[in-house]
Amino acid sequence: MDLSIQNPKSKTQNQSTVRRWTGRRWRSSVLSSVIAVVSAFGIGALIIRAAGYDAGVALGALLDGAGGSWYSLSETLLRSCPLLLTGLAVAFAFRCGAWNIGAEGQFLVGALAAAWAGPHCDGWPGYVATPFLLLLGACCGSIWGGIAGLLRVRRRVQEVISTIMLNFVAIQLVSYAVHGPLMESTGQFPQTSPIAEAARLTRWFPPTRLHAGVFLAALCAGLLHVLLFRTVFGYAVRAVGLNATAARSAGIDVPMTVLGAMCVSGGLAGLAGAVELSGITYRLYEDFAGGYGYTAIAVALLGRLHPAGVVFSALLFGALETGASGLQRTAGISSVLVYVIQALILLFVVGASVYERRTR
Amino acid sequence: MDFWLLFISLIRAGLKMAVPLLMTALGELFAERAGVINIGLEGMMLAGAFGGMAGSYFTGSPWIGLLVGVGAGLLFAALFSVMSVGLGADQVVTGAAINLMALGLTGVLYRRIFGVTGAALSVQTFAPVGLPGFQDIPVLGEIVSGHTALLYIGFALVPVATWVLFSTSLGLTIRSVGEYPRAADTAGLAVSRVRHACVLASGVLAGAAGSYLSLAHSNTFVEGMSAGRGFIALAIVIFGRWRPAGAMWAALLFGLANAVQFQFQAIGSAIPYQFFLMLPYVLTLLVLVLFAGRARPPAALARAYER
Repeated sequence: MDLSIQNPKSKTQNQSTVRRWTGRRWRSSVLSSVIAVVSAFGIGALIIRAAGYDAGVALGALLDGAGGSWYSLSETLLRSCPLLLTGLAVAFAFRCGAWNIGAEGQFLVGALAAAWAGPHCDGWPGYVATPFLLLLGACCGSIWGGIAGLLRVRRRVQEVISTIMLNFVAIQLVSYAVHGPLMESTGQFPQTSPIAEAARLTRWFPPTRLHAGVFLAALCAGLLHVLLFRTVFGYAVRAVGLNATAARSAGIDVPMTVLGAMCVSGGLAGLAGAVELSGITYRLYEDFAGGYGYTAIAVALLGRLHPAGVVFSALLFGALETGASGLQRTAGISSVLVYVIQALILLFVVGASVYERRTR
Repeated sequence: MDFWLLFISLIRAGLKMAVPLLMTALGELFAERAGVINIGLEGMMLAGAFGGMAGSYFTGSPWIGLLVGVGAGLLFAALFSVMSVGLGADQVVTGAAINLMALGLTGVLYRRIFGVTGAALSVQTFAPVGLPGFQDIPVLGEIVSGHTALLYIGFALVPVATWVLFSTSLGLTIRSVGEYPRAADTAGLAVSRVRHACVLASGVLAGAAGSYLSLAHSNTFVEGMSAGRGFIALAIVIFGRWRPAGAMWAALLFGLANAVQFQFQAIGSAIPYQFFLMLPYVLTLLVLVLFAGRARPPAALARAYER
């Protein structure tokens, strides 16, 4: 990863840091992603064996928890939804060479905005309240991402650092809000009051919690594909990511493109937070994000920074995290095991990128 | 409460909270000076905390616990080093993977070895030691004496780190590798070896800091107990402008902010305690924004070097 920020002297280093992740041909990209996943599960099984559990039972429990019934399948889809949106967010920024590690914070800020406005939407028609809430979340996430973008293009502050810092600022903001001004009216728990009925995303297939946000997320993947590959802005984003120096020579406004990419990225992550709030929890509480923003990095990289790829990897990671509860219930293994598998996937994806670079 | 008592207890608490941040930050400082950004500190700390607790639990000695904790941090640092320095893989992404891995592995092992609850584990922890010569001085003695040995070791590392970094040829080597690896390589310095060593050092210190958490601070292990300290250490390095002494002052500031926050939480102050917890991050951002020229990271930071 290149932290040098538009230093005209470092031409060679500006090249192909993004290319490393996107791969050159889609066939080999897909293949290496599949190999990464399979290898990660292989090593994961060895670790489970070494820890003294039965790997077969664990895998069975994982699969059963993720897709053993219609209900668990729907839960997998629901879990994939924020991962898809945050994964798209990370992927879009990475495409532009902006290393947005801050999806977590942007997610939280989006949720915070929605939780603040949500309870006040009583009596509004649903078709106004819900889109308003989601849009508000996206806007606030966008601002949070935009801060990091602005700091980079104006003050040359590395976005890797600033987004991490902003994550923790957002975490504390949420903590303050749920303990202070936004604490539920009964004042019992550190959480916000539930948002108004009108502002909730419709659950279409009860008893499952499947809500419209899942389709919205899929729609976003499609829209982002169009934005990235069929518009002038998307072209600029990709050009800046591939070689900022060349992009500048070609007349692309590099700072504005980076800023724009960070805003779009933050907006998607903020939208994810708002969707999660108005579709699932209805309330905001501490630890609301629970690492979505960091998992999103793995989702984006496994999906090779391509919207279609991100869809698949979000589904995989959603299934993993949903299956984790089954793992704990049936096999008695701590659900945090999925973090190990996610980490292994990430390491193998990194390894594959190294291999591809060496054999080119 | 008596003012002096409150003052002393606040400073003492601040010192205690500063040490793990300081140790981790010193390690990160060396890694960054050599051009490697180690985001995996959080995970290495967590591994150190778990290793320290487990080591002390099974042997009954906190010092062996510390050794095991350091070993655990070293193990993750070795993995990180092989990937990022050896193979030239992306440092930020590899670091993120290390964090996930440590969170998962310590969680699984903890539950495997100590069962679901584990709350009642009795672990031998570090006992406070008196500082001869300081013990009897009023106020000052009460502040600096009677801490655990690890705390004194942590602060003693600051002058050592300063000396190594700025007064030895090793330090010059490290800095040149972080600034301009191509030139260092041309001059015959082993860029990769220096980077490996610095990353391993950061793992050792993060592991020790983790052991401090479980054996001198919380006296137990809790899943995810590093609780963002690895990232604060990252902030401290920047805040201290990549100098050991600067890192120490930053660690003290952040430790103190945390102590004040606890106090405020206890007495229910007008200023929400979350703003104190926010402070390290906001201040770091401010430093980066305001001193953009002077707070300059090593030129080759986070960039893989290929011959």
